[in-house]
Amino acid sequence: MWTSILIAIAVLLALAVIFGGLLGFAAERFRVEGNPLVDQIDALLPQTQCGQCGYPGCRPYAESIALGGAINKCPPGGEATIKALADLLDVDPEPLDAEHGVEQARRVAVIREDECIGCTKCIQACPVDAILGAAKHMHTVIESECTGCDLCVEPCPVDCIDMVTIEPDIRSWTWNPPAPHIIATDRQEAHA
Amino acid sequence: MTKLWDFHGGIHPPENKQQSTSRPIRNAGIPELLVLPLQQHIGQPAETCVTVGDRVLKGQRIADVRDGLGVPVHAPTSGTVESIARLPVPHPSGMDDWCITLRPDGKDEWIDRQPITDYRQQDRQNILAVIRNAGIAGLGGAGFPTDIKLRPPKDRKVSTLILNGAECEPYITADDMTMRERATEILDGLKVMAWILRPERCVIAIEDNKPEALAAMQTAAAGTQTEVVAIPTKYPSGGEKQLVQILTGLEVPHGGIPADIGVMCQNVGTAVAVGRAIFRGEPLISRVVTITGEAVTGPGNFDTLLGTPVDYLLTAAGLQPDRLDRLVLGGPMMGYTLPSPDVPVVKTSNCIIAASVSELPAPPPEQPCIRCGMCADACPMELLPQQLLWHSRAGEFEKAEHLNLFDCIECGACSYVCPSSIPLVQYYRFAKGEIRIQRAEQLKSDRARERFEARQARLEREQEEKEARRKERARAAAEAQAQARKKAEAVETPAQAGEADADRAAKAALVQQALARKKAKAAQDSVAPVEPAGPARPAAEAPDIEALEKQLEQARGKLDTMQSMLDDARAAGADNVEKLERAVAKNHDRVQRAGQALEEARKALQAAD
Repeated sequence: MWTSILIAIAVLLALAVIFGGLLGFAAERFRVEGNPLVDQIDALLPQTQCGQCGYPGCRPYAESIALGGAINKCPPGGEATIKALADLLDVDPEPLDAEHGVEQARRVAVIREDECIGCTKCIQACPVDAILGAAKHMHTVIESECTGCDLCVEPCPVDCIDMVTIEPDIRSWTWNPPAPHIIATDRQEAHA
Repeated sequence: MTKLWDFHGGIHPPENKQQSTSRPIRNAGIPELLVLPLQQHIGQPAETCVTVGDRVLKGQRIADVRDGLGVPVHAPTSGTVESIARLPVPHPSGMDDWCITLRPDGKDEWIDRQPITDYRQQDRQNILAVIRNAGIAGLGGAGFPTDIKLRPPKDRKVSTLILNGAECEPYITADDMTMRERATEILDGLKVMAWILRPERCVIAIEDNKPEALAAMQTAAAGTQTEVVAIPTKYPSGGEKQLVQILTGLEVPHGGIPADIGVMCQNVGTAVAVGRAIFRGEPLISRVVTITGEAVTGPGNFDTLLGTPVDYLLTAAGLQPDRLDRLVLGGPMMGYTLPSPDVPVVKTSNCIIAASVSELPAPPPEQPCIRCGMCADACPMELLPQQLLWHSRAGEFEKAEHLNLFDCIECGACSYVCPSSIPLVQYYRFAKGEIRIQRAEQLKSDRARERFEARQARLEREQEEKEARRKERARAAAEAQAQARKKAEAVETPAQAGEADADRAAKAALVQQALARKKAKAAQDSVAPVEPAGPARPAAEAPDIEALEKQLEQARGKLDTMQSMLDDARAAGADNVEKLERAVAKNHDRVQRAGQALEEARKALQAAD
């Protein structure tokens, strides 16, 4: 009887050693550098790099979310981003935290070029290098690269930067969803 | 007899074509004003190459696309450019776009035309350039630039060239009448295109509900190798992918083009335009437009100059305004309602339906889906319309995309057969639009991230370089010092000892001076914190004063910066002195305002105390 108990223990021990080794090897061999969740969260953020969330850029905010931080601090992303984050993290979506700002239509910075004195302060402030210019020469915003983050407005000593809302035009237009259900009698009234 | 295949689904809506085929193609004439949108097709909008007040000749290029996908726009008649402005254009959004307005002078004076009769002697690239410069974009509806389409990918050989004369959508008869009356011109264009592509087979496909057109094309094509094929009437057999399937039995792969399976479709109207561009040297300045519907007394087809206002055409066809309920541009299946008749005819406008109330009644209200499956039976692309509807409605666009939403050709067959009158296609169009927006935003945010990261890396690198330079300098200095010391030690003599003492004394004096400076600075610093301590007390009580103070300080800071910049500029005699002066004045104002606000706030606070 003792022998069978000993055999059982020996077998279990051997199995434990083999599987432990396997798992250890796999953990080394297939190790993922960094936290993949941060990348996933970062991909959902709008990348304006505006710092309205209180973090210096979108990635630091993504890192804070990955550590369990609030998901409602991003005004440029708005409800859509909160919903996407809630889906990804499987938590309940919360309304946008007004402390960090309100959701606005997409905007773009425009420099009033005849007032620009060429101080390069906005160029240094732009997180995505979307402002072009040199010292004592006029600066201008590359519209297609501007994320509308607002960060260039404050440093300007002559206040010549405006944030302009992008109006929908014929090329960015898309179809609206069909009107909600109405019943036949409603429609006749509406026609009359 | 050509072997034909069938495609899945399809419907047989009432054709309503006889109204507009009883009269020959009429010339619409020259209206008082022509409005030419700078973008009339897929691709980039053209840039104007005329200015307001210029006199232009018929066929003169007035706008062109410099780079990117697109073709030029030409003046449809001689006249003067009256304006370049944003005007309503035919678009489902009803929005405005940039247009050139031309006031015809009635002389209809042609620019110098250069017909090519011996195109076979020329280089194919030259002929393609002629087609591009003639401004030809597909006249069937989508309006893809024809010269680009005629350049299939290098690794794809087009073995079958199809001329699409199916015209399966109800009401539209523009291609039908073109085939009846301009069969030889179509053949001319086909010859040129066939010469460019060198296919093994040329097919002209016509639905069997157009016997006159079939007869005319057969007569014209007699003696050539071109096949004229009657295909069974079924909507949407004129869809490119469906027509390819009918004639070859092959399916265009997902996300691909017909050239991927060695086939190319061209519209018969496009063939006419190509023929005219080569043999007459005429650019695309007119097209055949069907005007039909119960609200016009003389429905028919009009040879219309591009840019002709829709209401001019309606008047020519005898519009009865009291009967008009809805204006539809395009066919009843795939067209859209025009909000106003003040829009021009463009290269892609094939039909205008002036419908009465009874003719195209407003759709009945949408009812819940009963899962009958009729839409799936009707779908020519063999999609799952019900599933697409659920996902589009719920905003689950990813799932809709996964079910090949982008293979939907928006033919409207599903909406047509739906017993619950669900506007399925509208949901699909909406979903497609949302997906495109999301993709564009994703692209933009990815680019922003890339740029941000590149900037961070650059800043870091610069910092490191600075640090390295600093270390380098420090090292060099230390070395120099060490060497100097060595030298001094090596040549040290008692005679120089006195000198060294003097050196030491001088150094000590310097150190003393530095210490004194430091002390003075420390004294200043210890005074400085007292200053803000004064206003700090009320600030603790009233945070708005703190904010105001900050503002004032900021304004002062900015003013100082500006002042110093101005001084520099004056000293250097720079040309931006004036601007700087203005900026300084502005900042003066700001400091004053901030100071006043602070003063007032303080007074108010004192009064409150």
